[in-house]
Amino acid sequence: MGVIDRTWTWLTTGSHWSGTDGVWHRLGEHLFLTVVCLAISCALALPVAVLLGHVGRGGALAVNVSNAGRAVPTFAVLVLLLLSPLGTHGSWPTVIALVLFAIPPLLTNAYVGMREVDRDVVEAARGMGMTGRQLIGRVELPLAFPLIATGVRTAAVQVVATTTLAALPGGGGLGRIITAGFRLTDTAQVVSGALLVAVLALLVEGVLVVLERLLDPVRRRARRTAGRAAGGDGPVAPADAVPAVGSAV
Amino acid sequence: MAGQNCLVTNEWICGEYLRTRGHELTDATLQHIGITLASVAIGVLVAFPLALLARRWRAAAGPVLGLTTVLYTVPSLAMFSLLVPVFGLSVSVVVTGLVLYSLTVLVRNILAGLASVPEEAREAARGMGYGPLRLLFGVELPLALPALMAGLRIATVSTVSLTTVGAIIGYGGLGNLIYEGMHSYFKAQVLTASVLCVALAIVADLVLLFVQRLLTPWARAGKQAKRRGRGAGGRPVTEGAL
Repeated sequence: MGVIDRTWTWLTTGSHWSGTDGVWHRLGEHLFLTVVCLAISCALALPVAVLLGHVGRGGALAVNVSNAGRAVPTFAVLVLLLLSPLGTHGSWPTVIALVLFAIPPLLTNAYVGMREVDRDVVEAARGMGMTGRQLIGRVELPLAFPLIATGVRTAAVQVVATTTLAALPGGGGLGRIITAGFRLTDTAQVVSGALLVAVLALLVEGVLVVLERLLDPVRRRARRTAGRAAGGDGPVAPADAVPAVGSAV
Repeated sequence: MAGQNCLVTNEWICGEYLRTRGHELTDATLQHIGITLASVAIGVLVAFPLALLARRWRAAAGPVLGLTTVLYTVPSLAMFSLLVPVFGLSVSVVVTGLVLYSLTVLVRNILAGLASVPEEAREAARGMGYGPLRLLFGVELPLALPALMAGLRIATVSTVSLTTVGAIIGYGGLGNLIYEGMHSYFKAQVLTASVLCVALAIVADLVLLFVQRLLTPWARAGKQAKRRGRGAGGRPVTEGAL
């Protein structure tokens, strides 16, 4: 009971929220790093995965990258980068680690999504005279959207988690509240920081789930033509067929 | 010649470090293995009844899967921190956290494995007079083994890697050495511990793969028959995206 009360007190103390070490500033750092690194990883991984999936090569790469991402400890990579010559360059070690660990879920899910597009549909589109570019843009990407989006969501949660860990080697973000709490042996602060991080991760996951539903091109079309088709499970893409989960951090 | 020097000059690779701190590495590796084994074993023991529960009552499936997914979303540093008030600074914090993470993968894969059992096999067993328990352990579980083992491998590899984060409370196995090395900028220690940790994950994966082969001799026979039919467009992610 004592811890819960003290955590509540910590969280409701205004001074803990302001200043450079305050929650708002740390939250800002956390979100900034998350958004920037997620954008970089998407820009790097998604085009590669979509192209590989389109031509149907590199399946082994997609699997191996995701297995390697799971086997290599994030914490070890963060510390190795810190001790490397890059370590003296501000938040570069953190950014590199974040991007590295966001790539596997993006790559694997997008690749699988592209490959799982019904081959008959692809053949039909080709038969209609679609070029490769049209095929990707109008057929494969819309049908692969649910898995691509799952990859982005997994990567986003991963980045939030990795950013938290980056506090151990001195990076910014909400993890700093936890590490500072441990240093001060202030359990209330540790728990408060952990709660904030957990809520942030769940919020990111939740917001992206909602976005996915709203943006899914197949669902959108289904909604537009809702009326009669409402009863059948017709064109709704199998979003949950492959429960792709990245690695926890 | 380079013996003592590489410790002084703080090089990444240092034979002298291995020689003088060998016992530290062994102790850390043993702690790492212990934490991983305990977490995965408890994870399986908890996941199995949960999966059976979710299969038996449809109403339970949603909450069970939802809860394990939510737990999976919580970052490891936060998870361990939240468990500190419950267990104090003890190894239980790390093991409990790792068990909670492993549940997501294990429950899903056990469910997927059980769902993949052909209805005909169940019917045949029932026709032969198998009761529910014998049906489960004698027919369904062996047939679900490939999916179950795939999940176990993913959970084990992730657990090996996540154990390092336990260093924040002093129970991180090889992570402790990485954590120490981070503060003292001891490159050889950080690199050696990191490499050992990855090696541990790979060895664990291979051991489980070997166990899986031993347990499912029929799968190999089937694979040989199917080898010719395996085209390029198959599903490449048997173990990647679980």
